[in-house]
Amino acid sequence: MNATERKPDNEILESLAGVTRVFILGCQGCPVGCETGGQPWLDQMRALLTGADKTVTGAALLDMICNKAIVGIRLGRLARQIGEAEAVLVGSCGVGVQAVGNMVGRLAVPAMDTLSMGDYQGLWPSEERCAECGECMLAFTGGLCPITLCAKSLVNGSCGGTQDDGSCEVSPERRCGWQMIYERLEKLGRLDDLKRFAAPKDFRKRDIPDAYRRTLRWALEVAEQEDAETEPQNTEK
Amino acid sequence: MAQLQQQLSAGRFVVTGEVGPPKGTHIAPMIDEAEQYLKGTVTAVNVTDLQTAVMRVGSLAACRLLVERGIEPVFQMVCRDRNRLALQSDLLSAAVLGIENVLALTGDHVVMGDHPEAKPVYDLDSVGLLQAIARLEAGSDMGRDIKGNENALDGAPTFFKGCCATPCGANVDAQVIKLEKKVEAGAQFVQTQAVYDPPAFEAFMRRVEPLKVPVLVGIVMLKSAGMAKYMNRSVPGVQVPDDLIRLLADAAKEDRQKVSTEICGRLIRRMKDCCQGAHLMTLGWDHCVPDIVQAAGL
Repeated sequence: MNATERKPDNEILESLAGVTRVFILGCQGCPVGCETGGQPWLDQMRALLTGADKTVTGAALLDMICNKAIVGIRLGRLARQIGEAEAVLVGSCGVGVQAVGNMVGRLAVPAMDTLSMGDYQGLWPSEERCAECGECMLAFTGGLCPITLCAKSLVNGSCGGTQDDGSCEVSPERRCGWQMIYERLEKLGRLDDLKRFAAPKDFRKRDIPDAYRRTLRWALEVAEQEDAETEPQNTEK
Repeated sequence: MAQLQQQLSAGRFVVTGEVGPPKGTHIAPMIDEAEQYLKGTVTAVNVTDLQTAVMRVGSLAACRLLVERGIEPVFQMVCRDRNRLALQSDLLSAAVLGIENVLALTGDHVVMGDHPEAKPVYDLDSVGLLQAIARLEAGSDMGRDIKGNENALDGAPTFFKGCCATPCGANVDAQVIKLEKKVEAGAQFVQTQAVYDPPAFEAFMRRVEPLKVPVLVGIVMLKSAGMAKYMNRSVPGVQVPDDLIRLLADAAKEDRQKVSTEICGRLIRRMKDCCQGAHLMTLGWDHCVPDIVQAAGL
């Protein structure tokens, strides 16, 4: 299961500065399991946004938003409400935010930071990847992740290695992540987002607390181990 | 104050050179050539920092050796090989070793070099490095003490801070935005990627004019037609025009240095009125630098 934590309200509102109409989309998979998402989250986000004088054009919870094809099919019936919004606030891991960003033609803004995915890139991962950096910056990069798309994980724009055809210096097969971000922001009319200074990452967030390393399978292993340790004592009695 | 800063502030057209430290301890030829051909000819000499991700003698040590010979170095720093502790520490080291100019670069990826299996660092990027330098100059580092207060330095360095830009790339808009950020982060001068397209460079200069930052146009010596074609294929933002390639192809092998020197001189003459200096990258042909400066009419 992917562990996420909610971004502070002020950070969410900063991500949505200048945006007045928002669609809220939550994932009903992992964020429900780790109690960051689900209906309670959706209600709180609606209250936060309306309290900040923003219009919520619609809201939905989808089972799994880590796959953009599934997202695309399921969002079809919500096309009008999403179309009315300038941005989609997404409550999911970084893969989900990118999958939504790739499908809706709107700014996809993360409402959560992804802490631990245990190398699990979603139920049915496509090309989107999340590095579990714990400081999601997708709101300012057009919903495309520079940490996983840029070979150097740069946070302030491309280096001098962007080839003239838009590929990366490390391989002609690889697209320059920052060139992709540039093109997406241009399409969204948000090139000014590139002018924002991104602080160096806090690498403590990548060394995740033990609690987040533990999974259901881990719990089963521990239970089995405990059984094995207690059984011999039982037979002695 | 560094000569580089003084001369740029005084509005003089400035020429800088560049040397690459050796792979191994045999450093004397690099220092001797710098002394023989660059000292007195150029204002400052860049020392590359493990250029193209190839392991060599470090830029910091080579810069100090230049200082000892009375040559003003530009300490190139890439973000590829050091985290923020090591970068800041090397900046303090540079300051105590009398090095006044720093050029902040991202750095070619390790897969471009001779240790492709190495871990790339990029803890900071070029913008973050410039911000870190400015912070050291203001008397604190990027860290915090136990109480969460800024760490006060016992003595703060002062640098003349530079950055690079690619004026003739496919996406000039993205380059201009990044350069704006670098200047806002503290960059005081710019040395560019190689330029062979004066009209494109002039257009770039008009775009960055509002930044009021001195720009030294990058001039890379073309050693052969083959090298020019290679650059066109592989170096982003570099397009050597066909007429220059033909000049090199038609030149007899013994005339190539002369032809290449003349091309450099011609490029500088053509662009010197729209920029504040030229950065010469001779790729080992240091002995050509005095002739280039002469051919440029400087």
